[in-house]
Amino acid sequence: MSATEQELNDFRAEVSAWMKDNKPADPGFLLPQTFMEVGDEQQLEFLREWQHKVWSAGYLGMAWPKEYGGGGVDAKYQRIADQEMRRHGVPICFNVIGLGWAGPLINDIGTEAEKARYLRGILSAEDIWCQGFSEPDHGSDLGSARTRAVRDGDEYVINGQKIWTTMGNFAKYMILLARTNPDTERKYDGLSYFLSPMDVPGIETRPIRKITGEYGFTETFFTDARIPADCLMGEEGQGWRIAMQTLQYERGAEAGAAGGLAMVRVTIDDMISQLGDLTRDGAPVLKDPAVRDRLVELIMEEKALSLGDRRAHIAPLCSDYPGSLPLSHKLRATEMTRRMRQFAISLQGAEGGLYVGDPQARQGGFWQRAYFNSFSATIGGGTSQVQANIVAEHVLGLPK
Amino acid sequence: MSVTGNTTLAFSEEQAMLLEVAREFCREKSPMSAVRAHLETPTGFDPSLWDEMVSLGWAGIALPESCGGSGMGVATVVPVVEAMGRAMLGTPLVSSTLAAQLLLRAAGAGPMEAVLTEIAAGAPASVALLENADWGDDTLCCSVDAGGILQGSKKFVTDAGVAELFVVVIDYEGAPALVTVRAGQLPPGAVTPNTLIDQTRRSATVDFSGVTVSEGNLVTGAQVGCALRDLRLLGALLIAAEATGSAASCLDTTVEYLKTRKQFGKLIGSYQALKHPAVDILTSLDSARSFVYHAASLVSDLPLDRDAEIACRMAKAQATETLLYASDRAVQFHGGMGFTWECDAQLYIRRAQWSQQQFGDARHHRKRLAALLLD
Repeated sequence: MSATEQELNDFRAEVSAWMKDNKPADPGFLLPQTFMEVGDEQQLEFLREWQHKVWSAGYLGMAWPKEYGGGGVDAKYQRIADQEMRRHGVPICFNVIGLGWAGPLINDIGTEAEKARYLRGILSAEDIWCQGFSEPDHGSDLGSARTRAVRDGDEYVINGQKIWTTMGNFAKYMILLARTNPDTERKYDGLSYFLSPMDVPGIETRPIRKITGEYGFTETFFTDARIPADCLMGEEGQGWRIAMQTLQYERGAEAGAAGGLAMVRVTIDDMISQLGDLTRDGAPVLKDPAVRDRLVELIMEEKALSLGDRRAHIAPLCSDYPGSLPLSHKLRATEMTRRMRQFAISLQGAEGGLYVGDPQARQGGFWQRAYFNSFSATIGGGTSQVQANIVAEHVLGLPK
Repeated sequence: MSVTGNTTLAFSEEQAMLLEVAREFCREKSPMSAVRAHLETPTGFDPSLWDEMVSLGWAGIALPESCGGSGMGVATVVPVVEAMGRAMLGTPLVSSTLAAQLLLRAAGAGPMEAVLTEIAAGAPASVALLENADWGDDTLCCSVDAGGILQGSKKFVTDAGVAELFVVVIDYEGAPALVTVRAGQLPPGAVTPNTLIDQTRRSATVDFSGVTVSEGNLVTGAQVGCALRDLRLLGALLIAAEATGSAASCLDTTVEYLKTRKQFGKLIGSYQALKHPAVDILTSLDSARSFVYHAASLVSDLPLDRDAEIACRMAKAQATETLLYASDRAVQFHGGMGFTWECDAQLYIRRAQWSQQQFGDARHHRKRLAALLLD
């Protein structure tokens, strides 16, 4: 039974009021803009408490099954809740790998036991999840993963190394891609997928200091780490297929995410509003013709992305290159974000040279930090260059 | 309020049908060989093809039924023009559509019924707007003298050689006004054709001096200024639609070459130095098409509002740059072949230079967008 317009409107008013009443006060330290920026315990505990609160109020996991901690209602409700969270500028729901990737995966293809064991903790923020896909020698080339998983009785023995593990030092579980068979004809067929605990002997994490000077990722080392055999998801050799399905959720191409804000969206409006008293040649920076021209180009880029999301649903307007809009979205959105943030710094005059920690830095160095962090999206999840190859080969049909 | 604002995008059944029909028509009737056959003829198009387009109703898509049109509005011309751009098919369709829109908006369907009926029936028409090369200059020197005689000439009048009807923009007692002039009223030698960079196009300088102006062919009033503003925006939109179509077929041409041409033992399309710019063209083209149909969703027979103005300007700025880039790379990526007359890349790069300036280039529109969005 689908919800009526009236019911949805009433719900929106209810969430809106709740967000207004419960939006946390400024904690006095920089809050992560994305789940890849959780660098210390203080930030972690703040975000954990916030997510727990949102879930307890019934505004997270609304479309997930009730018996596993979800709300059991139409996904429309979650979309409304998410819109209101964005509108009120509340913090992110940071357990993104659980909420957005592992959770939907378990919901869609997991066993009853897996659902019962994992889903509630994902929503409540009790169990933080991380992802073990990338390895040091082949970042964007997941198919070449070399971390080994060898069956030994009731256990698998894991050896190898993962990198860019977001919140690896805080996570209780990892979605892990490891090689169970090194001798398959196709390298993809030797991979398996695990829902692995992190708190076992032989798994060690080492925080990586980022370009921003902060933390958020770890290297993860497996040395004869023994995990229960029932951590295997599906069957041996299905790892590649399950990993690809995970990426579908990650890229937003497949529905099922629990909801909540995964990141604070930084828009051109935010950039324009930071300009305030900035001048160029003694006049307001927004009066400078070269600045105006570039700014309009960026506004157009942002608008074209929104329009493209709409056009993607109008088949006759996508007939020449089907798949072009969705497949190029990550490339376009992340590259635009990167350029926009650098442009924001360029408008600050000498202040552009200040950084987080300097009391005179504009917005506490928000844009400098945001620019550096934007590379996590142009590099992570397949670099822009790999994305361009994918679009060239799959949409334009160019040879490998 | 967000600077990215309105993101409406609607596409009607009629538009979808026309897009399909127009693409099929152009594929069948306007292959490159046919386009090339008319590059050096005086009119630049095949009159029998124009007759077919007229009989399909294309000259009157945007005109009211009372004038023999189909009353679907100018938004429905957009897919047709995009399809024509794809096939590099010229013809006076854009010129005629814009001339009719200007009259319709300045004077209304009732007073203009006779003229609009002729246009819907296929009489080519053209707006005589520019007096110099500056698309941002609104000053008018053309005017009517004390004896009721038109004085002055217009530049870059599109399809002037075949136009049966001109809508001449003049200064009348300090305000813009329109005069409808029939080709037969022009004195001998009034039309001096240009040599255009895009050989699928025709334009000319037209000296209107000596044409008698009467009550019946003069349109004055406050709404003329508004109609002229809309003309420039709709012109930008239609040229953007056409450029988007041209950029799409230009990209197809390049991609086809990248898939078949071998150098150093490899298909050249496997080199990232060529692959990635091809993707840049594709994403730019995606933006152009989104802006074009967004703008088409916002224009109607009413005066264009702020959102429609923003959309038309963005469409032109984006489509112009897309075609410039797509055609520039098309020549380069075809290598030595790209430097020849025989290669179709020349048609696109020529179209790009012509299309760029029509109704203002990208910078012209971004400058105006800045005022709309940032001030």
